[in-house]
Amino acid sequence: MPHSEEDIRLMMEKIGVSSLSDLYSDVPGEVILKRDYNLPSAMSEIELRKHFKELGSKNSPMIIFGGMGVYDHYSPSVISHLLSRSEFYTAYTPYQPEISQGTLQYIFEYQSMISELTGLDATNASMYDGATAAAEVMFMMVASSKKKDRVLISSTLLDNVRKVIETYAKYHGVKVTIVPEKDGVTDLESIYSELAKNDVAGVILPTPNKYGIIEDFTGVADKVHENKSLFGIYADPSTLAVLRSPAEWGADVACGDGQSLGMPLSFGGPYLGYISCNKSMLRKMPGRVVGATKDIDGKRGFVLTLQAREQHIRREKATSNICSNQSLMALYATVYLSLMGREGLKEVNKLSCDGAHYLYNKLIETGKFHPVYDKPFLKEFVVSTDLNMEKVNKALMSHGIMGGIVLENGNVAFAVTEKRSKEEIDKLIELMLEV
Amino acid sequence: MSKVLNDRKYADSHEWVKLEGDVATIGISDYAQHALGNIVYVDMPEEGDEVTQGDDFGAVESVKAASDLISPVSGEVIEANQELEEKPELLNEDPYNNWIIKVKISDPSELDNLMDAEAYNKFTEN
Amino acid sequence: MVNYDKIIFELSAPGRKGYSLPSDNYHTDGFKDIPSDLLRKQEADLPEVNELDVVRHYTNLSNKNFGVDTGFYPLGSCTMKYNPKINEELCSLPEFTSLHPLQDENSVQGALELYWNLQKMLSEIAGLEEFTLNPYAGAHGELTGLLVMKKYHESRGDFKRTKVIVPDSAHGTNPASAMVAGFEVVEVKSKPNGSIDVEDLKPLLDDTVAGIMMTNPNTLGMFETEIVEIAKLVHDAGGLLYYDGANLNPLLGKVRPGDMGFDIMHINLHKTFSTPHGGGGPGSGPVGVASHLTKHLPNPRVVKDENDKFHILSDNKDTLGNISSFMGNFGVMMRAYAYILSLGKENIKNVGPLSTLNANYIKESLKDDFLLPIEGVCKHEFVFDGLKDKSTGVTTLNVAKRLLDYGFHAPTIYFPLLFHESMMIEPTETESKDTLDRFIEVMHKIAEEAREMPEVVKDAPVNTIVRKLDETTAAKNPILKYKDLTEV
Repeated sequence: MPHSEEDIRLMMEKIGVSSLSDLYSDVPGEVILKRDYNLPSAMSEIELRKHFKELGSKNSPMIIFGGMGVYDHYSPSVISHLLSRSEFYTAYTPYQPEISQGTLQYIFEYQSMISELTGLDATNASMYDGATAAAEVMFMMVASSKKKDRVLISSTLLDNVRKVIETYAKYHGVKVTIVPEKDGVTDLESIYSELAKNDVAGVILPTPNKYGIIEDFTGVADKVHENKSLFGIYADPSTLAVLRSPAEWGADVACGDGQSLGMPLSFGGPYLGYISCNKSMLRKMPGRVVGATKDIDGKRGFVLTLQAREQHIRREKATSNICSNQSLMALYATVYLSLMGREGLKEVNKLSCDGAHYLYNKLIETGKFHPVYDKPFLKEFVVSTDLNMEKVNKALMSHGIMGGIVLENGNVAFAVTEKRSKEEIDKLIELMLEV
Repeated sequence: MSKVLNDRKYADSHEWVKLEGDVATIGISDYAQHALGNIVYVDMPEEGDEVTQGDDFGAVESVKAASDLISPVSGEVIEANQELEEKPELLNEDPYNNWIIKVKISDPSELDNLMDAEAYNKFTEN
Repeated sequence: MVNYDKIIFELSAPGRKGYSLPSDNYHTDGFKDIPSDLLRKQEADLPEVNELDVVRHYTNLSNKNFGVDTGFYPLGSCTMKYNPKINEELCSLPEFTSLHPLQDENSVQGALELYWNLQKMLSEIAGLEEFTLNPYAGAHGELTGLLVMKKYHESRGDFKRTKVIVPDSAHGTNPASAMVAGFEVVEVKSKPNGSIDVEDLKPLLDDTVAGIMMTNPNTLGMFETEIVEIAKLVHDAGGLLYYDGANLNPLLGKVRPGDMGFDIMHINLHKTFSTPHGGGGPGSGPVGVASHLTKHLPNPRVVKDENDKFHILSDNKDTLGNISSFMGNFGVMMRAYAYILSLGKENIKNVGPLSTLNANYIKESLKDDFLLPIEGVCKHEFVFDGLKDKSTGVTTLNVAKRLLDYGFHAPTIYFPLLFHESMMIEPTETESKDTLDRFIEVMHKIAEEAREMPEVVKDAPVNTIVRKLDETTAAKNPILKYKDLTEV
């Protein structure tokens, strides 16, 4: 608090009050709080550091072999240094473009890079996370189709994403049908029979899916479009450096979680949701969008654009209530993609893919783990096991390792990134077999 | 003061309608285009869509405002003005010669619910 | 540096490299187990730039930005207070940032303890029973809170309550959130001072009303003095009261939303609790509810057992559902937690009064040159209806842009919609008297320029890196990515 007693006295004099409580004379006495909050006493920086250190000591950072939508990819040192520039992080939404060109330009670069990965025309300036982005895509589909109010999602979509979509749909009044899976991938025949009912606004399918399997969408786009529905793909953006892009699958819209672009795990957030779409859906896309333009002297500059569709103008007629974005996380993704570039991101995928296949083959060789699906995967896969995984994971934890994630049916999902060395993988297997 | 033409009728949501046979041509008034400012986008229905008097059939957007288009008549859309997709500014330049949709009307008596030029003129002055 | 005008793609050339990865000791051909149909055909055209050029590029971009650390940011309704540096440091401790959200709860007890402590602190400050920290932002909190409201009525078998009342002066997010939650929006009129017109409210309250959304102080920074009566009316009609925490700052230490009769609220940690706005996010919008609503909060939630062990539970049977992938923006919560602990109970109570003092000081110092539509003590912010002397045609937009020339951020302009030339000023408690005095001096100077050389004000800004930008062309022919620029 910056004021001296004298400052406060002078200011009160100007206002014409004799005490700070006079500033609340309009508030009914019965609602005024007449005691201090029941909160801890103020801590100095030294005490605060100690407190955080103590809390931190109750956590155990791990060597991570779990994924399920959150991946332990490497975050180059440059990123945190650039993100700590307070000109970036202490700014608000760029409402005054003349003094916000830094934010506006990196968002433009972010949009450009995500559009490169998805292959689609336009990307918004980011959403909260992958799950809420997918829920917003569902709204976009219904808003675009006008007459149809049902959206199909695959049961191979991550459970936490599906749950958020279901919550948004249920209260807003969108019908969601969960399409069953067959051998670990979406049962496309079920999609086609649902489409035939002629009330489907859109279809959202994942790749890689919740089992890490790269799904094959051959023929899907044609069938969906024949039915005048929209095709959405939920994709991990990191993998799009090597996997067939949403545009190459014929999708109209793509979404997912940008955490895989080197963001710290941070116990679940902040991450970043992305939405890319084709021009035809642009005006139904929620959130901020940055466009390039020129100033009155002809100089290149950037502005928030297409604002008329947003909630602060459209109020209850908007298609979404989104009014912020995850700007700083978009900067994270932008710097990450600038550093990794065209080749680096492919290399990240190759190392992750090779590591995952190395682990997979080794696990099967042990005879204690068995294949579940005979389907292609990149950095994450599911196996069944004869071991007691609860015990195994407990033992791993004591060695500072987060093992595979146990699914409801007892199968285990492992994920490997470029951060895992061959030695760590060998160690994981050795420790699991010891139990 | 904004321009009002005598050869057509007006809705209180500032659309005009001009009837020729059973085809109603619909656009927005000079008052409306002026209030919106530079129009950057027109959201239009497709051919074959049904519109209902009093319900919205699209929207016009300027840089910092958006306004629903409310249909002054009921019927089936037989044409949307594709020229507006590329050049939405035509609605600013000449709102009365640049229409938005043409509708085959289902109930001509609905036009009785609309204002004539004189009434609309008074309406916009208030 | 000011003239730096490159886009990252313009620094790219094939073969440049800004990363370092472990050497590939798997010796495979790569992706051989993946059918080629599932692989990308056309490469993603990401830039190839060396590390130093990346660092310089974004450092140069940061120089084209204005933040709270650059200068005074009196943006009404946004609470642009100082973001303490110690919080930034603490939230990047690897003991927290390296935690996977699906790790065994035994290995994240420290994080859960922080999480639980913050839930309790917010409950105490709000005067409500329990908080969920899952919502990611203010708007997301609004949606979550409204879903609690909906679930509450539905769980009692009451399906008629389909309407939510929103003041006509409310920010657009309120009605938009109500729409997303599947409610019909009914507007209640404001009186000239922006307060809810109780006489207009009464006839709206029937058994189809689920609740009302309010801020207090309202959009004009004035306290809703009839809040106790409004709460009684809404409750008597079977509705719930939602408190939009956008304007919570002036109430810190003085008034708790729960004590005013609110049943549900969200808090913007990025406003009241000093976490950085990050150029638009990430924020955090925790939602608190009164005791009869706790069972409807979203899953998952954090609880403490009798042995002081913390658990993540998803067992709320009456929950509204899930609204986030995991448990919200943990990194943001860490900063808010550090903020509350640094201030402690001794100082946090001064936040409200001092933010109110600062706002009133500016208001009283400028009302000779700027039109103050509502007299009387405001809370943390207030609204001018443009210049008092409008004869030279200088608008609020002109004044805002001229402020940029003088090194200040502009206030919030043209909101609220109750006035034509709204200029909403919120200084926050972290600004010193000297800063406020400089701002007051500059505002007087602009008023003088508006009288004596209005063209100077109308041409503003002139000192900024770019000047007035063509927003019409940007909206008409959107150029949203680098390739749109190069392919034109």
